[in-house]
Amino acid sequence: MPAIRLSDVRYRYGDREAIRGLSLDVTEGEAFVLLGPNGSGKTTLFRLLSTLAPPQEGRFELFGHDLRRDPDAVRSLLGVVFQAPSLDKKLTVAENLLCHGRLYGLAGTELKERVSAMLERVGLADRAKEAVDTLSGGLRRRVELAKGLLHKPRLLLLDEPSTGLDPAARSDLWRYLMRVREEQGVTILATTHLLEEADRADRIAIMHRGELAALDTPANLQASVGGDAITIRTKEPALLAAGINGRWPAAAEVLDGAVRLEQQNGAEWAPRLFESFGEQIDELTIGKPTLEDVFIARTGHRFFGGND
Amino acid sequence: MTSTTAPPLPVVFTLAWRELARFFRQRNRVIGALVQPILFWLLFSEGLGQEAGYARFFPGTMVMILLFTAIFATISIIEDRNEGFLQGVLVAPIPRWAMVLGKVLGGAAIAMIQASVFLALGWFSVADVSPSPLGALAAVVLSACLAVALTGLGFLIAWRMESTQGFHAIMSVFLLPMWFLSTAFFPQDADGIAGTLVRLNPLSFGVAGLRQYLQPDDLIEGLPTHATCWAVTVGFALVMMVACWRVAGTRTRGDFVS
Repeated sequence: MPAIRLSDVRYRYGDREAIRGLSLDVTEGEAFVLLGPNGSGKTTLFRLLSTLAPPQEGRFELFGHDLRRDPDAVRSLLGVVFQAPSLDKKLTVAENLLCHGRLYGLAGTELKERVSAMLERVGLADRAKEAVDTLSGGLRRRVELAKGLLHKPRLLLLDEPSTGLDPAARSDLWRYLMRVREEQGVTILATTHLLEEADRADRIAIMHRGELAALDTPANLQASVGGDAITIRTKEPALLAAGINGRWPAAAEVLDGAVRLEQQNGAEWAPRLFESFGEQIDELTIGKPTLEDVFIARTGHRFFGGND
Repeated sequence: MTSTTAPPLPVVFTLAWRELARFFRQRNRVIGALVQPILFWLLFSEGLGQEAGYARFFPGTMVMILLFTAIFATISIIEDRNEGFLQGVLVAPIPRWAMVLGKVLGGAAIAMIQASVFLALGWFSVADVSPSPLGALAAVVLSACLAVALTGLGFLIAWRMESTQGFHAIMSVFLLPMWFLSTAFFPQDADGIAGTLVRLNPLSFGVAGLRQYLQPDDLIEGLPTHATCWAVTVGFALVMMVACWRVAGTRTRGDFVS
């Protein structure tokens, strides 16, 4: 039984179609990342999975429960960490967690013990009695995470979890998430627009304009691009691309004001290109394919490109 | 976790407790909801109540305290929405009515505490405010019904609002006039359209009920009977609660905080 099974999910805000026929499975115990630029539909999908947005079209199954027919069964299995803060700033850290625990049916000694154990784990035991509005942004995220995990969910949903975190804190967060997964077998689904964050997942679903552009492990995705990415800066990219394509079947493209081609042996191509087009080349770089290259290869767009 | 929904009563209690904790930690709110009506009471009594003295506007002021506190308590729905707390509640495995009840009972409890403080103040300081102990108890219970009704009304208005400014606008064009157009301010036998509105206003029955309990020695002619006052006030509260429960089931774009 998969943790999440989506088939042909569609969602629209008025006239705008945010998700256009999306199907995917997430295996139990997996760390799964939804990667996509702003407007790709990943936040909408997060809202649907978290039950915040009512489903419109398609089938949603979470651990075998139909999200439409039995939303409360689904809700009790979910831990949700929103991108926007969801803490009550006027209450203390411990009060926030106690309040949350009761919403999930925890009570009494069990609740109190879980709250102190959770605060111990995220390193906030000494701040338990402080009001949340005295905490820094990074510490508040930790309380959010503690809140999402307090009731031992089977699926932890995180929307852009490292928003506002510095790289060190981001590493900490993922190390912690992976440890929780090891210990509790919780399935993790996170959305992100950060390419370097997606790398940490077992599998990545790349979303583009409400559709699935790719779905695989980070290594397979990178291997799928096939070779090295060669990028050439030049004054007249269109002219250069045409020149290269006239000479070799290289499939050079213009992207974002630069010429880009993918070839198996980048190192052999560099001298060849300089020999024929040296005059026109300002700068030539060869890189191993990144997730951004995967995104470009699958969608024909730059990850942080305009709204074309 | 095996059960699918959390037991609703602890949820209601927790959400109500949270309202109280938040309110009393923000001292300016406590002051705003209690001191302003007391000032109005003193000014009205000095300026308009010559013969009747401080007793004339006492029940109305109590209702004003209930109204103001209910307003301040339900404004927090808009803050809960904008600050994101509400999202966490909306995705929890709890029935919607438990969320509504927690919010409304919490707000009503705050209003009750404030109104009871005011009642005690009047009882000791104004000669004409002289309820029997049983009458005082009945007045407190009637205020509780009014508090639920007014907090429910605030909830209805606040649920779909996106900003607290919007709520303040509604307050000045709807809620304050609603108070003025009741027997809190007008006499029971006022003439014209205003008089008709005053007699139709459910708040008038709450004020009249309180007046009968608090000033048994100094009754004004033509007040509705006890039974009518209770029936209208309890009905008002029930209608508001059902409406809140219905309206809270509808989603708004404001559910999505981003």
